[in-house]
Amino acid sequence: MTDIIAGFPVLSIIIFLPALGALFIIFSRRESVEFIKWTALGATVLTFIVSLYLPLTFDAANPSFQWVEKTVWIERFGMSYFLGVDGISLFLVLLTTLISIICVFASWTDIKTKMKGYMALLLLTETCSLGVFMSMDLFLFYIFWEAVLIPMVFIIGIWGGGRRLYAAIKFFIFTFTGSLFMLLGVLALYYYHGKLTGVYTFDATVMWLSPVAPYIQWWIFIAMFLGFAVKVPLFPLHTWLPDAHTEAPTAGSIVLAAVLLKLGTYGFARFSLPLLPNASMEFAPMLMVVSLIAVIYGALVTIAQRDMKKVVAYSSVSHMGFVMLGIFALNADGLKGSLLQMINHGISTGALFLFVGMIYERTHDRQIGSYGGLMKAVPVYAVFFLITVLSSMGLPATNGFIGELMVLIGAFKAHWIYAVIAVVGVLLGAVYLLWLFQRVFLGELVYPGKGEIKDLNLRELCASVPLIILIFWIGLYPRPFISGMEASIDILVKRFEINSKKSMLDTNRVAAAPDHSQGGASK
Amino acid sequence: MNLASLNINIYSLLPLLMVVGLALFVLVLDFFIPRGGKRALGYVSALGLVCILPFVPMFIETVPSYAGFVIADTYSAFFNVVFLVSSAFAIFISIDYLRRLGSESGEYYYIMLFATAGMMIMASANDLIGLYVGLELMSMSFYILVALRPGKGAEGALKYFVLGAMSSGILLYGISFAYGFSGTTNVNEMAAIVYRLPDNNTYLYLALALIGAGFAFKIAAFPFHVWSPDAYEGAPTPVTALLSVGSKAAAFAVFLRVFAVALPAFHGQWSDMLWVISAATMIFGSVVAIPQKNIIRMLAYSSIAHAGVILMGIVVNSSAGASAVLYYSLVYAFMNVGAFTVAALASRGDGGEQLTDLRGLASRRPWLAFFMALFMVSLAGIPPTAGFMAKFFVLASAVHAGYYWLAVIAVISTAIALFFYARVIFYMYMRDYEGAELPERSLFTCVTYGVVLILTAVGTLALGVYPSAILDIAVRAVGPLFTI
Repeated sequence: MTDIIAGFPVLSIIIFLPALGALFIIFSRRESVEFIKWTALGATVLTFIVSLYLPLTFDAANPSFQWVEKTVWIERFGMSYFLGVDGISLFLVLLTTLISIICVFASWTDIKTKMKGYMALLLLTETCSLGVFMSMDLFLFYIFWEAVLIPMVFIIGIWGGGRRLYAAIKFFIFTFTGSLFMLLGVLALYYYHGKLTGVYTFDATVMWLSPVAPYIQWWIFIAMFLGFAVKVPLFPLHTWLPDAHTEAPTAGSIVLAAVLLKLGTYGFARFSLPLLPNASMEFAPMLMVVSLIAVIYGALVTIAQRDMKKVVAYSSVSHMGFVMLGIFALNADGLKGSLLQMINHGISTGALFLFVGMIYERTHDRQIGSYGGLMKAVPVYAVFFLITVLSSMGLPATNGFIGELMVLIGAFKAHWIYAVIAVVGVLLGAVYLLWLFQRVFLGELVYPGKGEIKDLNLRELCASVPLIILIFWIGLYPRPFISGMEASIDILVKRFEINSKKSMLDTNRVAAAPDHSQGGASK
Repeated sequence: MNLASLNINIYSLLPLLMVVGLALFVLVLDFFIPRGGKRALGYVSALGLVCILPFVPMFIETVPSYAGFVIADTYSAFFNVVFLVSSAFAIFISIDYLRRLGSESGEYYYIMLFATAGMMIMASANDLIGLYVGLELMSMSFYILVALRPGKGAEGALKYFVLGAMSSGILLYGISFAYGFSGTTNVNEMAAIVYRLPDNNTYLYLALALIGAGFAFKIAAFPFHVWSPDAYEGAPTPVTALLSVGSKAAAFAVFLRVFAVALPAFHGQWSDMLWVISAATMIFGSVVAIPQKNIIRMLAYSSIAHAGVILMGIVVNSSAGASAVLYYSLVYAFMNVGAFTVAALASRGDGGEQLTDLRGLASRRPWLAFFMALFMVSLAGIPPTAGFMAKFFVLASAVHAGYYWLAVIAVISTAIALFFYARVIFYMYMRDYEGAELPERSLFTCVTYGVVLILTAVGTLALGVYPSAILDIAVRAVGPLFTI
């Protein structure tokens, strides 16, 4: 293994800048709240600016990894510190760095106690999620994947709402258990791949050159599925999500929805498909059915909610079902749509949580029934909310439309029935979102509490305007986004197809010479 | 047999002799130190151990000496480092702990050193009798140490003593069967003879079962664990720390040596037995730890669960598994001593270390809470801490050897265990403080505990982020076990 550090280690800098900010914060005085806030803001903004270097120097025609950094870490196990970004992860990285700034804004006055610990944890969450999106070594990936849990559990458990302890421990146990099974899957994959090729490595780019035999893939897929599906969260493993989202502080919900949920779908697209092509193909119909159930079930449950934050939380289940549908349509359109939909969901659900948080900060009430006619009192807020709602339900000219359309095309190519059922989900989405808007913003002006309710201030505008711009940008001119991810997704699909045939050939070969197969397969 | 063939080599025993010498020196010094100044003995003992530490890797002899009785190979050197480190930590925190308990005494320190010497004899024993001598020296020392806590100590010590004596008997019985079928107590000679034995040798099975049970008692594996929660709770907390780390590591050292070197030919038989014990221990420890209300008892059951995980590394009987056992032992020394240190410090001094005492610790003593959280995260096995790496290496060896179901059970038990580790963190950070003020700590207290906490925390993090160097040493250390 050789060390590759192509010049400037820009990816490491992006990953560890927030951690550096957290270090500054840890060693600052607890009372200097202003300093802490500005340090956190500075760190996230700086990270975002550095991360803008990526799209500026990104070569869209190149499907492989760029800005690669690779150093031996634990040689005995073939583990390396291997970072790289391609068209699939580029936008998720940018989304993470952008959302982190918005989270700092959202916490500015929302968090009233222990600001020091809070900001440090928020920055650590950013570091770990960026690490997940960038690491191409499965072991490094796992380290970041697990490490992201800790700051998030603290954020929910310390600064959350009334049932925060329950929500935090549920979130912790669900995701930790799933991840442990994923670890087993990764380990089994490592050893089987090593046995097959003689190269023992956790390097995913090497591993997906020679997929293991299909009957082994089957087990490994289940193990990795448990890790990824809990994070997505896929029905029926989603029950931690409404609790965690509802109890978390605003910024916590935003990070959860916009970034952490993407880790699961990213894992499926990035690792499950190319590493386990035959198993993915075998499981795809089942997973599409489960995704459809998630879409419909999530939407129906959302309609019944009375708490605004719960509406947004449950709508995530439905939307992430859409993303899963696109991934397991197993074609380029579906994957592109899914990836775009991941970004869109990050933007629009993040924005919805942000807006719900803003109104909660003013009135300390999230019940839909307590509000009415807010359009008259807070027009700017209402317009922003409306734009986000429309984007979330996929109205043309907003980002949601492009993503959903592509997913539907992909699903249609798999089988028309999937697309038809998914459209029902889109319609139900329109029901709960428009109904939410109608009840809260139209009609007679009602809101809890006395005194005037203020419209957005400058800080809140700073937090929401970038998201609104992105909603229209992707909606009206998606070209740069689509073309950025195109090459990488095409190669992913091609690799998937080649691999699924290749390992079938391997099986045939093994079947022809049965004496040296099956070794150590069971015990 | 002439003198040369006995291979009398003083260097192979030098680190051990230094520890014994230190113990005797402290014993003599005790007569000259007035009652109030016994803490000086603590400093002498702890610093003495630290000074002996660099000598351990200097005296490595690959050939057994003293007629095959002792072997000072890299394997025993690795464990000796674990013992010296954990015992230096334990003695260091004892100094202030005993002062607060009001029972400062000289014998505490030299018995602690004798226990360490016992562990070192175990790790470098190449003969069943030799290891028995070491085991008894260690156990006898611990029986006394556990009883040294006024009030609660006696119950734990009695339980430990009665069951411990019985387990020693069982072990000795097993050794006698081993001698019966092989005609030798030397580990290497036994290996050569055992290869020629038929598969269905009843005495061999008896020896396997009895020796296994004797060792399982020392590592507190299910169902031989009943003494451990009571002994842990009754003992002075620093003794508990050493008991859970050092004595366990020593028992693992002999476990691995006897089963992997002397009886590898019967791996098929003993691995099945240990498979069941390992799986039951992991699950039992994790499940029973959940309802515990006392931190020490909780850590006792957690330590049972960890023993089950470490046992996996022995079950697989490979160089990877054995090196994982070594790595785990070292990591466990750091994280568990750290956790017990915080427990000792956070208790209100009246003897009860209740979990609820930790409520709101984060707002009172943020650094203390931070350290405890770090150790809990590491014990739970979450990256980027050392606890995760150690668990990963054990799991990797199990998956590599094809023990998938054992690995799955380990994963499930880890998931269950998360519950009670997380609860400690939740008590500290997410509950409000109730009850009386914590007693103010003197600067002296802060410094002694601080040194231990910072060192254990650094160890816990460093072994998690960059495990390569130590892992390579561990792999080299187990080399002698698998080449013969």
